[in-house]
Amino acid sequence: MSAAQLKILIADDEAPARNRLRELLSEIADVVVVAEAKNGKEVLALAAETSPNLLLLDIRMPEMDGLEAAEHAQKLEPPPAIVFATAFDAYAMQAFDKNAVDYLLKPVRLERLQTAILKARTLLPAQLEALKALHPQRSHFSVSERGRVFLVPVADVIYLRAELKYVTLRSKEREYLIEDSLITIEQEFGERFLRLHRNCLVAQAYIRGYEKHHAPDGECHWVVLLKEVPETIAVSRRQQHVLRELGN
Amino acid sequence: MQPAARLPDLRNLGVSLRILLLTNLMALIAAILRSGNLNEILPALAELSAALQPILLLSLLLLYACQPVLKRLPYRWSVLVILALELLISSLSYYFAISIFGPDSMPPLSHSLILTLVITGILLGYFNLRQRALSPAVTEARLQALQARIRPHFLFNSINAVISMLRSDPKRAETALMDMADLFRVLMADNRDLVPLAQELALCRQYLALEKIRLEERLAIVWKIDSMPPDAMIPPLVLQPLLENAVYHGIEPMPEGGEITINIYASHDQVHLLLTNPYHKQNEHHNGNKMALTNIRERLALHFDAEAQLTSKISEHSYQVHIVIPYHRNKAA
Repeated sequence: MSAAQLKILIADDEAPARNRLRELLSEIADVVVVAEAKNGKEVLALAAETSPNLLLLDIRMPEMDGLEAAEHAQKLEPPPAIVFATAFDAYAMQAFDKNAVDYLLKPVRLERLQTAILKARTLLPAQLEALKALHPQRSHFSVSERGRVFLVPVADVIYLRAELKYVTLRSKEREYLIEDSLITIEQEFGERFLRLHRNCLVAQAYIRGYEKHHAPDGECHWVVLLKEVPETIAVSRRQQHVLRELGN
Repeated sequence: MQPAARLPDLRNLGVSLRILLLTNLMALIAAILRSGNLNEILPALAELSAALQPILLLSLLLLYACQPVLKRLPYRWSVLVILALELLISSLSYYFAISIFGPDSMPPLSHSLILTLVITGILLGYFNLRQRALSPAVTEARLQALQARIRPHFLFNSINAVISMLRSDPKRAETALMDMADLFRVLMADNRDLVPLAQELALCRQYLALEKIRLEERLAIVWKIDSMPPDAMIPPLVLQPLLENAVYHGIEPMPEGGEITINIYASHDQVHLLLTNPYHKQNEHHNGNKMALTNIRERLALHFDAEAQLTSKISEHSYQVHIVIPYHRNKAA
């Protein structure tokens, strides 16, 4: 593999579609396919191992679609260029056209693939925003750790707590620092996470119960008990109505 | 197929408006005929209206109230009932008018009864003709709509899959293209007539063979069709769109794929078709699914009216569609 070669990762859940892309790419000079992924999660794992320059992402894939994978891939260092592929996704195509995001229509023509590779660039912030609008809720949070992108399924998140500059995400196994803000997370996921304190969102599914705690000075306050982890979360006076609504 | 004569929907605003308009038009004609010159038309119309409007409004109200009962009667009987109702209303209003304005205020009763019969008859005849004129157009439009609804996602991905096999496995690519041709021939055909169940099933197999190329071992099919009546007549494209939905919503979103079960059997002169696929809460984009279900339900109603039904149910991990249609045997066979 010479240094001038463009390293490409291809992703599609259908084997024939991957074969077709590989076949076409083999006819183009100075490119090499370094990995093939079947879904967005594999894209991120394989990208960390092979550091491709370009991701060719199918949009509709199980577990994590191409749009979300592209978003998480921004945390790779350096972020790869991205070209999407789709058989037919009217919404996405409209948004791509509007925001000058390049995409390939399947079946892909060789000449079209060549120009896409020549033009391929990393996504601009405005383009990323447009992609976010296409999938209202992501399936995973991503954490960048030493050049790798670590994925935490949203379903595994027990609570999120804001501390100084960062937000701490707690899953069953461990804690992670993420860069999202509590407000955007609240807006994105709605009912899934309850705001129990100014600085804390708790996953409704992990609430085991709640009890009253008496502080030594006579003050009493409510805390929430959680499944899977021993710690408790204090409920602020202003948010106690959330618990009441939950009890109903 | 000539549709059976049916009453118009008497609770439909458009139908009520038509009745109002046509009756008043007839009154206008009568007023013109009775008047010697232009100046007399308006007073003559006013006089007729005074007698006509109460009967007309009362009739509309009564027909609205009786609509559920009338709807269930055979057409001939409902026509007789409506004529009787109208005669009753017009007699009542005749006696009511006499009791207030005196016996000389009205022409004889027989006169108004004959008029009532004629006007009601003309209106019923008009609605009957109108229904005959409209039915085929409505049917046609629905079928056209269905044909336009083959999923582009499936079309382009399948073409892509066939292209990928052209060099490595030309034999398989050839079979796939033949299957695709058959599938599109049926999709684009005139689909108004019933087809034997066996024919629809053959189409489903061809469709699934195409999906299998793309999805490989992720797509598993379980056929439970040992007691299927192959000669049962069903509307074409009832099962295939449901399978397409099952693949799109049930199989493709799963990394490991899943199993679609097709269970067809006959019992008590009815044919049951049950389709089950995996269901996961996260993938709730069911708009396309609802469209297909509505369309199939409409077409079942068109062919079998209330004798066929389509129900769907969601349980924790599976989604099931259940179709029941009357067992009509293939007469050609």
